[in-house]
Amino acid sequence: MKNFGFSSIKTRVIDYDRNNKSVSEYILEREPSFALCIGCGGCAATCSAARFTDMSLRKINILIKRGENDEVRRLMNKCMLCGKCTLVCPRGVNTRNVIFLTQQAYRKLDNYAV
Amino acid sequence: MPDNKEKHIVVIGAGTAGCTAAGQLAREGYSVSLIEKEGEPGGKINNWFQLFPDRRKSEEVKKFLLAEIDNPLVMINYNTDIDSIVKENEEQYMVTTSRGALRPADAVLVATGFDLFNPQRKEEYGYGIYDDVITSVELEEKFKTGSVLTSKGIPPRRVGIVHCVGSRDEKVGNFHCSKVCCVTAVKQAIEIREMLPGTEVFCFYMDMRMFGPYYEELYREAQEKWTVNFIRGKVSEASENIEGRLVVKVEDTLAGKPLKMQVDMLVLMIGIENSQSGLRVGKELGLRMGMNGFFMVGDNHYGNNRSNLEGVFYAGTCTSAMNITDTISHARAAVVEIVTYLKSKVREDS
Repeated sequence: MKNFGFSSIKTRVIDYDRNNKSVSEYILEREPSFALCIGCGGCAATCSAARFTDMSLRKINILIKRGENDEVRRLMNKCMLCGKCTLVCPRGVNTRNVIFLTQQAYRKLDNYAV
Repeated sequence: MPDNKEKHIVVIGAGTAGCTAAGQLAREGYSVSLIEKEGEPGGKINNWFQLFPDRRKSEEVKKFLLAEIDNPLVMINYNTDIDSIVKENEEQYMVTTSRGALRPADAVLVATGFDLFNPQRKEEYGYGIYDDVITSVELEEKFKTGSVLTSKGIPPRRVGIVHCVGSRDEKVGNFHCSKVCCVTAVKQAIEIREMLPGTEVFCFYMDMRMFGPYYEELYREAQEKWTVNFIRGKVSEASENIEGRLVVKVEDTLAGKPLKMQVDMLVLMIGIENSQSGLRVGKELGLRMGMNGFFMVGDNHYGNNRSNLEGVFYAGTCTSAMNITDTISHARAAVVEIVTYLKSKVREDS
């Protein structure tokens, strides 16, 4: 396609009504503690991967719930599944399982429907 | 031993604080005049269907209040306004109501309560403009009728709840936190989910202030059992789209991005301010005001029933936002202060 020098900028706004939230539903069904996150960031503070990358489980938790799937896809594979986050979570969220289920859900989403 | 009945205390306001204090003073043997501008006791409790955190019927607390004031020593004056209060002599106040002068008061208890924030002052939320933007109190009224429907007469598919409407907002002149709205929002979110299992509920909050016993537990229950969604961010505006559905704009501060979402009903958690009728009493008496618009208490730590005037005391939410439990405790503490004060007067006389 010819480039006439115009481009459209993708909006930053989370369009909740259009976003696909099926991954969130998939995780909630299998790991109900996912709902208990209060965004304190304890998981991200202790995260080994976060020291060297922009991995943040606190952020991933929210982005999954809002259906911001592109960003979750980009971040989720930076996790090394060490499980330190699970040890610090004050709300008892099984964070390691959340990441595990996230990766599983996207694999399914990409192959079939979740 | 002097007869306590000779001593007369005027209690202004027959809400939770006023009724509790009036009943307790009467049990101590004092004569009480209870002045209420409305036609019934209970004050703001009459607005409520169920109470946090245990979802008890508010009628039960009202029954307790009615039992408190059911005492021959409590003279109740409904539909009565305060016209003037003047210091009669060194020890007594002359209170004149819209029904005439009362017998001189040896002590006055100000239990004038709070007013709810008028949400039309936050025009961006569209209260009074869009039919499906309602207040927390109006939602309680819907709960009382047993069904929650939108203005179109159908159950909402999605409800948004906005925290801090008129609280923690210097744009409306209120720096203070109204304390009870966060837990009210959580309670109401659960009630909606219970009544309408297919309806999604979103709470838009700045901070979740779960200060009381079992409040945090209720918050957890809302998340875990009722899958209520919480989005941290102050709603900037509500508008209506072409289909007549409300559109909410908010910064999702934990995602670090702005968010927009359609809802069928938007519930505003309106805050607590000192009441206009209380302010008139305060002006009449010359009560000292705090920076937050409530009455300034004698001492923040050990004298929060005392005023700047001898013989005038405070009970309840005219001094700050409080839940019912704290209001009742504050009212009982006021009785202790009043009794101590009156007894010290007796000793001086004899």
